[in-house]
Order: sequence, then C-alpha cells, then structure tokens
Amino acid sequence: MPDLGLEVLWKGRNFVRLLGGLWTALRISLLAVSISIPLGMLLGMLMTRNNLVLVVLTRFYLEFIRVMPQMVLLFLVFFGTTRWFGWNLDGELSSVIVFSLWGTAEMGDLVRGALISIPAQQTESAAALGMTRPQILRHIVLPQTLRRLIPLSINLITRMIKTTSLVLMIGVVEMLKVSQQIIEANRMSSPNAAFGVYLTVFLLYFLACWPISLLSKTLEKRWS
Amino acid sequence: MAAELLKIEHLQKSYDSHVVLKNLSLFVDEGEVLVVVGPSGCGKSTLLRCINALEPVQGGRILLRGRDIHENEKNLPKLRQQIGMVFQSYELFPHKNIMDNIILAPIIVQKRKREEARQEAMELLARVGLENRANDFPRQLSGGQKQRVAIVRSLIMHPELLLFDEVTAALDPEMVREVLDVLLDLARQGRTMIIVTHEMQFARAVADRVVFLDKGKIVEESAPEAFFSRPQTERARRFLDTFSFETVRKSG
Repeated sequence: MPDLGLEVLWKGRNFVRLLGGLWTALRISLLAVSISIPLGMLLGMLMTRNNLVLVVLTRFYLEFIRVMPQMVLLFLVFFGTTRWFGWNLDGELSSVIVFSLWGTAEMGDLVRGALISIPAQQTESAAALGMTRPQILRHIVLPQTLRRLIPLSINLITRMIKTTSLVLMIGVVEMLKVSQQIIEANRMSSPNAAFGVYLTVFLLYFLACWPISLLSKTLEKRWS
Repeated sequence: MAAELLKIEHLQKSYDSHVVLKNLSLFVDEGEVLVVVGPSGCGKSTLLRCINALEPVQGGRILLRGRDIHENEKNLPKLRQQIGMVFQSYELFPHKNIMDNIILAPIIVQKRKREEARQEAMELLARVGLENRANDFPRQLSGGQKQRVAIVRSLIMHPELLLFDEVTAALDPEMVREVLDVLLDLARQGRTMIIVTHEMQFARAVADRVVFLDKGKIVEESAPEAFFSRPQTERARRFLDTFSFETVRKSG
C-alpha cells in the first residue's frame, strides 16, 4: 500500500477538526437552504405573474446572480460591504448571505419552471368539476409542483454543500481549509499527507451528499 | 314537451381580433343529445368551453335553466357542478390514483362522505368495466381507460348537462369504440349531452339533433338522418364528403 500519510489524521485533534470543518460547511449550506427555499418559492411565484415590472426585476436578479461566479459574490459581500457601508460582517455570515442570494435565485427559477410545467388543462378540468381557485391550487397544482420540485431542489442542496469549499477564500475555516492546515503543519514529517487528507475530504463530502442524492432518487421513483 | 335546459342567445366570442363564434344561438332540451360537427377551427370546442365558462365571452347570453351563467362570477364553481365536461386529453390528475381522481370533487366540492362517494365511484367504475383499476394510477391505464375514468369523474357530480369535447380524438382506433359505447349507454339513460366529435357513424347513431358549425356560425341544424343523408347546404355536403371514399379498384 502506498504511503498516503494517513497517520496525520490521528495526530492531536486533527480528525475532529476536520469533522468540525465539515460541520461548518454543512451549517452554512443548511442555513442558506432553509432561507432559500421559502424565498425561492416566493420568487418563483412572482416570476409566473404577468407583470412586466416584476418580470424584469426578477429576471435581472436571476441573471445577475447566475453570471457572477460565487467567489466574486463572496468578495463583494465580505469586502464590499465593509468598504461601502462600513459593515464588519464575519466570514460565515457573509457566506450565508451569498449562498442564500444564490439559492433563492436558483430555487426561484426551479419553482417557476415547475409551476409553468403544470398544463393549463389540469386547472381547467379541476375547474370544470366545480373546484374553486384555492381548492385547485391546494389539491391539483401545488402537489404536482412539489413533486417536480423536490428532486431538483435536493440537487441544489448538494451543489451548495460542495460549493462551500470556496468560503475559505474569505477566511472561513471549513473542511478544505482545515485539511490544508493539517497538510501544511505536517509537510516535513509526512510529506505524502496531501494524498490521504484530500482523500478523506473527498470521502467526507461524499458521505454528506450521497444520502441526500439517495433520498432524491427514492422520491423521484415514488412520484414518477 | 321537454323543458329547455340550455339556451344560448346571440353568443359572440373572439380572441383579440379573430372572431370565433358569431351571433350563435342554440338550445338544448332536457334529455336531448346534441351532436356538434364541423371542420377543425370552426369553433365547436370553443362553444363547449364557453358553455362551461372556461372562456370569457364578448356578447350574448348563455342560460342554464334560465339563469345567465355569467351573472355572478362567484357562482361559477356552483354552476360548473351542474355541467360536466370531458376533455380530449382526459386530464386525470397524475398524482392521484383512479379512486381519488373520482372522489376528490365529490368530497371537497360537494362535501359528501368519503365512504358514500367511494361506493358510488365503484358502481360507476363497474358500469364502464374498470372496477378492478380503482387503485391504479392514471399512468398505468390506456388512453381509452383513462377517458372512461374521466367520464366517471364527471358523472359522479350528477351534472344536468354533459359536454364531450372530441373525447376520442386522441385515442388509437381500437380504443375509440370502448369510449363511444359508454357515451351510447349514457344516451340510452336519457342524459342531456352536447357531443363534439369527428366520428360521423357514431354521431348518426347517438344524436337526437345535429348541428353543423362552420366559421363560427351554425350552417345547418337538423335530425341526424336528414343531415347525413340529405344535407341541405353545399358546405355540409362538402364536409361530409371528406369522410367517404370512392372505391379505387373495382373487383371483377
């Protein structure tokens, strides 16, 4: 077996620190997700309205967030707000803000897509049975929208978890940062540590995202 | 003399500048089967959609038992319970099984007891030969089966008037029959129906009266035998000719 320098993980509290880093990453993404989902629902519903001002505004927001690399958004919020408004946001809060802005945009687009994918005839046939607007929304449109939405939004959650690896750029010590620190600290004693530590990081990301993907697959199968 | 159930007076319907129905007047008596035929784009589906108030109209009145259906928009859900409509594309709710598709409206709209609704649903399903599919989902059914469920779904509301909008147009030929048989059965029970169809043989068999619609106007209105064997207008003759073929190869 090649030397992967795995022994560095057992030095001191290294492995626990790595797990702590993973928790930071998960904390940021889960917080952002729980903010993005309700806001994204709202955004998506606004986007399906036939209101020109709303359409232009929401479209602009969505496209702006989309074309911006997440890293640039992180810099804008972390450094920009200090420079422009004198705010002193800490790294983790900035990350939550950026991931929420991003998540809301993506979620909004998913909700919009799911809403318009429900054929108008479904609404009409429900109306023809004498259902009122709220009844149609509650029993026909929303259940079908949610079924389409859940696999897509779960995909978004895993993307968010993976993208938290960027927040080390604004000084947040998450898993990737911890792993770099461990590798740096053991450069002399275990020069191969990068292999083992990054392999571990890979496995930990996998363990965090895989169950979520499995859940999405199960739901997709049950509701197809 | 049967009572008049539906009366349409000078109905005017257009999409922007395109006029679809021009000053159209029509009545349907209780227990009558009215078949509407005509070339595509003549406005027959739009007519049905107007009767069920799925389309706003630009002029004229539609009276169900003497009451204008547009009199009060708040009343629309109530009114639509009296008018059943079956669509070309079935429009079953894909997230609910067959039983739930059928009993949803009775329960939430008419506030009926679940057990009672289930029982009637089973009886109606048995009538269309689908009593063993109650727990299946729409995606597991063939087109003809889905359409029969859609018919049951509107029957359970006990509507006074049934509208059928080209209900066999999306079906494979061998499934058309099973759906038309259900419609014939309903006609025998004395249901009031307006049927839009392209199945001329069927129209002839089921209709009490045939209305031929072209370019948003009623061109001809007569008993089925008269319409199909001796159409009065040139336009109707040409339309009916498109359904018959000359024999190409004479034998012998």
